[in-house]
Amino acid sequence: MGFYDVYSQYKNIDYHQFYEELTDSDILKIIHKDRPINEIEFLALLSPKAENYLELMAQKAHTLSLQHFGKTVLLYTPMYLSNYCTNKCTYCSFSIDNQIKRKQLTAEEIEKEAKAIASMGFKHLLILTGESKKDTPLSYVIDAVHILKKYFDSIGVEIFPLTVEEYQQMIEAGVDSLTIYQEVYDEEIYRKVHLAGRKRNYHFRLDAPERGCIAKMRNVNIGALLGLGEWRSESFMTGLHANYLQNKYPDVEISVSFPRIRPHVGVFEDIYEVTDQNLVQFMLALRIFLPRVGITISTRERQGFRENLIPLGVTRMSAASSTEVGGHSIEDAGDGQFEIDDKRSLEEVRAAIFKKGYQPIFKDWVRI
Amino acid sequence: MSKLSIGGVELKSRLFIGTGKFPNHQILPEVIQASESQVITMAIRRVNLDSKEENILEYIPKDCILLPNTSGARNAQEAVRIARLARAMGLGNWIKIEVISDNKYLLPDNAETIKATEILAKEGFVVLPYMSPDLMAAKRLVDAGAAAVMPLGAPIGTNRGLKTKELVQIIINEIDLPVIVDAGIGKPSEAAEAMEMGAAAVLVNTAIATAENPVQMAKAFSLAVKAGYLAYHAKLAEQHQLAQPSSPLTGFLYEEVR
Repeated sequence: MGFYDVYSQYKNIDYHQFYEELTDSDILKIIHKDRPINEIEFLALLSPKAENYLELMAQKAHTLSLQHFGKTVLLYTPMYLSNYCTNKCTYCSFSIDNQIKRKQLTAEEIEKEAKAIASMGFKHLLILTGESKKDTPLSYVIDAVHILKKYFDSIGVEIFPLTVEEYQQMIEAGVDSLTIYQEVYDEEIYRKVHLAGRKRNYHFRLDAPERGCIAKMRNVNIGALLGLGEWRSESFMTGLHANYLQNKYPDVEISVSFPRIRPHVGVFEDIYEVTDQNLVQFMLALRIFLPRVGITISTRERQGFRENLIPLGVTRMSAASSTEVGGHSIEDAGDGQFEIDDKRSLEEVRAAIFKKGYQPIFKDWVRI
Repeated sequence: MSKLSIGGVELKSRLFIGTGKFPNHQILPEVIQASESQVITMAIRRVNLDSKEENILEYIPKDCILLPNTSGARNAQEAVRIARLARAMGLGNWIKIEVISDNKYLLPDNAETIKATEILAKEGFVVLPYMSPDLMAAKRLVDAGAAAVMPLGAPIGTNRGLKTKELVQIIINEIDLPVIVDAGIGKPSEAAEAMEMGAAAVLVNTAIATAENPVQMAKAFSLAVKAGYLAYHAKLAEQHQLAQPSSPLTGFLYEEVR
């Protein structure tokens, strides 16, 4: 059984009716429950009715986060290796149809970027590519990992979905973590926004996090690109997916990201609005549902908002990000994937975390 | 309070503390001082020797015993590699074995822990294994060469107290090595309770690190551990089902006729 069976079980539920029938007392009972909550209670915390209890939810999420993670936030930064892509995704600058400046780093450039990033103090790195197995084959990524291993304690990948055997090869090369977003769980929307390319295969993507778990990645990070579908059902499916993986693969750390769609090169206009309040509700409900899950907030979000999210359960933040290929050290960098919002330096982010009463952590794992 | 001997080292304090989850490293010297703790545990995966500011060792007094832990290890092999790395980094030969392959509840894997203990004890490490409180596993850890055993009171970080009290008591009764209650202790009263049961020491991290005032909480734990230890050695008075009045109603039957 894969996650699609869980998805199928819930995809046709009448969300509207479920929300209608919820009472204030139902929500309060769930928030005050002493034991872990179940899937349906998680959905109740995502309901419009629960919006009236965000502060109570925040208190509970804060307590749970403090107990499980303390006052610490891990910092990492992304490094784009290439922006070549063979897919046609309506919401992404890298889409094959878009006229952007394409670039792929050479081995020398990878080393140069690595030195620039490591000199800032980062120990955890996330490497990304566009989705082109032709331009950036597995061997290219593996070669890059061999170079990067000299500079970083932990390396994560956010690339096209792979098979179990391919993920095992990545792990052997030195990769610890896998980030792969479903983008949108709603199958119909998925078909609409992925016009062409390998990414059209909904099932191959949906099962990729599980393949990463089977291959024994240390950490698997999932998420939906918020804005492509209705946020409550997308958040619900993301939580169910994390829960499914956490239960089935207890030796893998599961994390969830909350990317909201950002301005980019392209024409996608069918965006479902996801307000700050919506994002916070998702994060709080998720923390109460899965107290041990990692929660990542990227520089897509603005600085003040990111800081206020820390006590609510954030365990990991990116900093000093560039979505451009070679954006940390190379003058003729390729175009970025999307616009980032929090453009502060690592030092500024670090100081802000301390000011909030939390400890920024650079090293959380070493592979030996 | 008599001294606790572990791995040939005599310790005055029976409170071990952890260094995770604090808002910064700068607070550690004050917390350690208030706790009077001599054994300080830290996760090797977080020790960052490259940066003075990030290097936790800069904040631990030199006279403390470092107890690096293998947090992050999912099997015996990984725990052994981390322990060897810790020794190579100059962190001494004490090691707390943590082998956890369950990221949901963070419960230790006793079988893998026993394997790692056996290997590392043979290599001359003073091995303190974190374990689920199971008597047979504790006995095997003794045979494997552990210097103490560290059963959990409740899952890590939960502050739920001594949920495993009955099982920990059995281990205390049956094992000759020091039994250090590790994980779950959320209140000084629970630390005192563990000591009253006959535990040799307790290890506390979350309850101190996430308290509103960690320094004051460290002091409170220090006092509680001392109180519990004294109570245990004063031999606790018997418990009774019914009240035992200090002026019994039938006392007159036994009074001498005046």
